[in-house]
Amino acid sequence: MQKLLNWIDERFPLTASYKAHLSEYYAPKNFNFWYFFGSLALLVLVIQIVSGIFLTMHYKPDAELAFASVEYIMRDVDYGWLIRYIHSTGASMFFVVVYLHMFRGLIYGSYRQPRELIWIFGVIIYLVLMGEAFMGYLLPWGQMSYWGAQVIINLFAAIPLIGEDLSIWIRGDYVIGDATLNRFFAFHVIALPLVLLGLVVAHLLALHEVGSNNPDGVEIKKLKDPETHLPLDGIPFHPYYTVKDILGVVVFLMVFAAILFFAPEMGGYFLEANNFIPADSLKTPEHIAPVWYFTPYYAILRAVPPILGSQFPGVALMGVAVLIFFALPWLDRSPVKSIRYRGPKFKIALALFVIAFVGLGVLGILPATELYTWIARVLSVVYFAFFLLMPWYTRNDSVKPVPERVTTK
Amino acid sequence: MKKLLFLLLALPTAAFASGAAIHLDHAPVNPNDQESLQRGARVFVNYCLNCHAASYMRYNRMQDFGLTEPQIKDNLLFAAEKPGETMRVAMKIKDAKAWFGAPPPDLSVIARSRGPDWVYTYLRGFYRDDSRPTGWNNTVFDKVGMPHVLHELQGQMAPVYRTEKTADGHDHQVMERLELTVPGKITLAEYDALVGDLVNYLAWMGEPAKSQRMNIGLAVLLFLSIFYVVAFYLKKEFWKDVH
Repeated sequence: MQKLLNWIDERFPLTASYKAHLSEYYAPKNFNFWYFFGSLALLVLVIQIVSGIFLTMHYKPDAELAFASVEYIMRDVDYGWLIRYIHSTGASMFFVVVYLHMFRGLIYGSYRQPRELIWIFGVIIYLVLMGEAFMGYLLPWGQMSYWGAQVIINLFAAIPLIGEDLSIWIRGDYVIGDATLNRFFAFHVIALPLVLLGLVVAHLLALHEVGSNNPDGVEIKKLKDPETHLPLDGIPFHPYYTVKDILGVVVFLMVFAAILFFAPEMGGYFLEANNFIPADSLKTPEHIAPVWYFTPYYAILRAVPPILGSQFPGVALMGVAVLIFFALPWLDRSPVKSIRYRGPKFKIALALFVIAFVGLGVLGILPATELYTWIARVLSVVYFAFFLLMPWYTRNDSVKPVPERVTTK
Repeated sequence: MKKLLFLLLALPTAAFASGAAIHLDHAPVNPNDQESLQRGARVFVNYCLNCHAASYMRYNRMQDFGLTEPQIKDNLLFAAEKPGETMRVAMKIKDAKAWFGAPPPDLSVIARSRGPDWVYTYLRGFYRDDSRPTGWNNTVFDKVGMPHVLHELQGQMAPVYRTEKTADGHDHQVMERLELTVPGKITLAEYDALVGDLVNYLAWMGEPAKSQRMNIGLAVLLFLSIFYVVAFYLKKEFWKDVH
């Protein structure tokens, strides 16, 4: 066995990679609840890829056959319903996990120097994931698939000058049709997953280059054992965090299984009732709502009134609302990273941001009445103020002294 | 964090509160009541499966609620040759459009798109309306193209109105309830029970794997609970030297 390992190691850095990323990757010993979501996101990615491969074996990317092939999977393929529900539940759970993972970054300042690139890779992953989810949602070819895609692609048509041509180029037709379904299928099953995998590798390589942040925002590499040169507050990722993450995985899978087996539609939020009606280009559903993970941005879009009859300002603002996450490492001027040592200004700003984000998410599901639109406008302002005012409220906040070493309970 | 989780949990309720104002009766759906499903299947095949197809549903799947293949073949197979076929109808889409204005929708997953309560209320909501080409209208589906196929059983219902004042002082008529004017072959209570069985069948047909799904789910959760205990002590053992 050892001889085989030596043979491989002379040709491929197997042991070296294992050490660098697992057994000798030193992670802070004070990770808490919030640090489960990174490994869980990786788990969901694997779940989605594996369940997706099996779905692809039975699904037909054809406007005439797509809806029926999904029902065929649900009824006639052995455990097809299980594969399909794993994939549909996984899609929503991916966003649950990613949103919590991003929130972790916000509260502990994980995007701060020297982790800007990890954050940037992460935001790109989030963007690609949105594209992946959007294109995947068209594939069941139900009414919500069809009209949701119609609404989103029409957003591109709002771009001045090139918009109309751009939206036709994206659809491959004047309306959403077979051409759109086929290209979305190609993007969903191969193009975007490839990009996603590459980005995840980059995200992890960057992380392992600089080392993990922690709930105290202390750099564990600053204090090393004089003899072993290992961080005093670090513990090897394997076995400590692998066994700890197994615990997180089991709890997560319990939630996942509870939804999958007992409420796969999740009250219409994971699988919408209208999507059990085949796509019909002549019948517009009364109320088109995107899936829950897009609703905060949808609410921002609807909150902006058209200017000179053009919807473009709303579309642009929605885009900026997502892209603004890129700027976060440079907007934050606080001398400390973690919320534990930040002052009241940041805490209030973050609380308002959470209220705005969740509130916009709820409003994006509801029909846009006048009152709701006004609330959405206020919350959109709060959303952007969190970012745009950050240089000021973080710079002159009353911070607490950061300890030398990480704290544990 | 707790606040966030609370908001996430409160979210479905908030959305639900904004739902449509039409009152729906609660459908007696029970996928484990095999006799109800068998009765419902009979009603479905006799009354619905002439115009409405259920083209994703195979006849032999009805073995799931206790029927044998010969039973299905002898009693329920009017429109197909073999029990392995799907429930299709002979009516052409072009004819259907000419007769009803729109082709009758496929009913395979109707209970999932409309919800069992809607279907239950709908099938009990037909009333006489001479202004409609079919002579029928419906309380939850105004100007519906479908005639009251089950009227021989239920009889004929007529709306009872009450007068309400609008904000600007005008009187207007509000439909209060339906009243039986011409009795059918069975009583209204028997009719409700019959529609209940039919809707139970439609709900089952929307997702035949549902009871299997729940059974497997219990086993999976049980396994994960045991796994949790093992994982918990494994973690504890490894972490005892971390201070």
